[in-house]
Amino acid sequence: MKHDIVEKNLPLMIALIVIAISWGALAEIVPLFFLKETTQPVEGLKPLSAVELEGRDIYIREGCHVCHTQMIRPFRAETERYGHYSLAGEHVYEHPFLWGSKRTGPDLARVGQRYSDDWHRAHLYNPRDVVPSSNMPAFPWLFEQKVDGRDTPKKMEALRSVGVPYTDEQIASAKDEADGVREIDALVIYLQQLGTVLTQKR
Amino acid sequence: MTELSTFWHVWVSAIVIGSMIACGALIILTKKGQKFDEETDQTTGHSFDGIDELDNPLPKWWMYFFWSTIVFGFGYILIYGVGDWKGFGNWSSYGQWESEVAKAEEKYQPYYDKLTSMSIEELAKDEEALATGQRIFASNCSVCHGPTASGSEGFPNLTDNDWLYGGSPAAIKQTILAGRNGAMPANGLKPDMTDEQRKDVVAHVLSLSGREGAGDATKGKALFAQACAACHGADGSGNQAVGAPNLTDNIWLYGGSEAKIEFTVRHGRAARMPAWNEILGEDKVHVVSAYVYSLSQDQE
Repeated sequence: MKHDIVEKNLPLMIALIVIAISWGALAEIVPLFFLKETTQPVEGLKPLSAVELEGRDIYIREGCHVCHTQMIRPFRAETERYGHYSLAGEHVYEHPFLWGSKRTGPDLARVGQRYSDDWHRAHLYNPRDVVPSSNMPAFPWLFEQKVDGRDTPKKMEALRSVGVPYTDEQIASAKDEADGVREIDALVIYLQQLGTVLTQKR
Repeated sequence: MTELSTFWHVWVSAIVIGSMIACGALIILTKKGQKFDEETDQTTGHSFDGIDELDNPLPKWWMYFFWSTIVFGFGYILIYGVGDWKGFGNWSSYGQWESEVAKAEEKYQPYYDKLTSMSIEELAKDEEALATGQRIFASNCSVCHGPTASGSEGFPNLTDNDWLYGGSPAAIKQTILAGRNGAMPANGLKPDMTDEQRKDVVAHVLSLSGREGAGDATKGKALFAQACAACHGADGSGNQAVGAPNLTDNIWLYGGSEAKIEFTVRHGRAARMPAWNEILGEDKVHVVSAYVYSLSQDQE
């Protein structure tokens, strides 16, 4: 029985299992690494500024991505509500991406400039103040805490090592830009630029 | 939209079709037992503690099911394609989105054409149009202005016929289309205002709506003329051209208590109404303008 060879030789079995389960990835994922549409930024896309980057980290820290996606799918129902469907090229500088998969709250891929800064602040302080039926948690501590800019340049260097085109000047000034900014302001600045590169909203 | 190079097209196609063929081959190669339906002991030959490992063929329905998934797979490829080939169905997610949008356009455009051919005043009396406007308002505007359009601190009440930028149909539509940016500088035009002076100004502002503050309203009046009158007018009645609120009507966007007014003067205010032209399109803005206009029409 040839079964014996595989069944009694664990490394061989592991290797064969890995090959078997990677088949789908080889066909579906690997070609995307070499596709212009997924690897080239859309026109006008810039890496996040130091403050925006810190805002993004607050977004991740507070778990916003757990309830909010950043991925408008090409369905009319979504493009009517949120704007133009998301393009891969809008996300090439994101590591990791925040597309998310659970839609408890609305999609945020194009929330930038949709509401005023004041609204975002009121809403994050206590969502019920502006949207009575909201079940989003309140984030009042963001108004007291300040961003610590010590790690900002390191974060930018790490991102640069995976292909985000930060310049030396940007990295050099990052600490001063981000240090001491109120967390709420950093988060709102991050939110207000989401999805604004694509000017065609509909 | 997708532009796979020939290499990747062949790569994807070879893996997909090759895997399907390999699955079929695997079924055939491992089909042992199936052909000897006659008497055998039907075991693999493993025996442990007198227990034999059986080697029964897979049930027939199971085999057929395997085969049918492979056939389904080939059918799927023929319709939806593989690699760069679009298949006979010529399907793409973009194409599906475009046809959905075109279908909706065909269905709703005549309705919006009808509505946009009417003026905002006419629409404000049309129940069907108002119902449409109300739904547009609920899903877009209520986020700030509240579900009943009564606003909240910092977000204007739209039902009270008090307007920052004018309440005419044209002004409302312009506000929604292009948005508005309200900016009150801290301490108005007098950046060196002292705490004492600010108290006086607040007292004067309170007196405009018939109230009294802790400061000296007479001194405040002179300061008001320097620091505030450029936008709010000498009599404090506001200026809709720059969105400066009327201070005499006792309607307060940021609260009308002495402390709140003091805060507003001390720190200034910046309010922004986003532009909706790009998000909603002019047709919907027209309809929702009529809804907003209608809200304050039954009260004079």
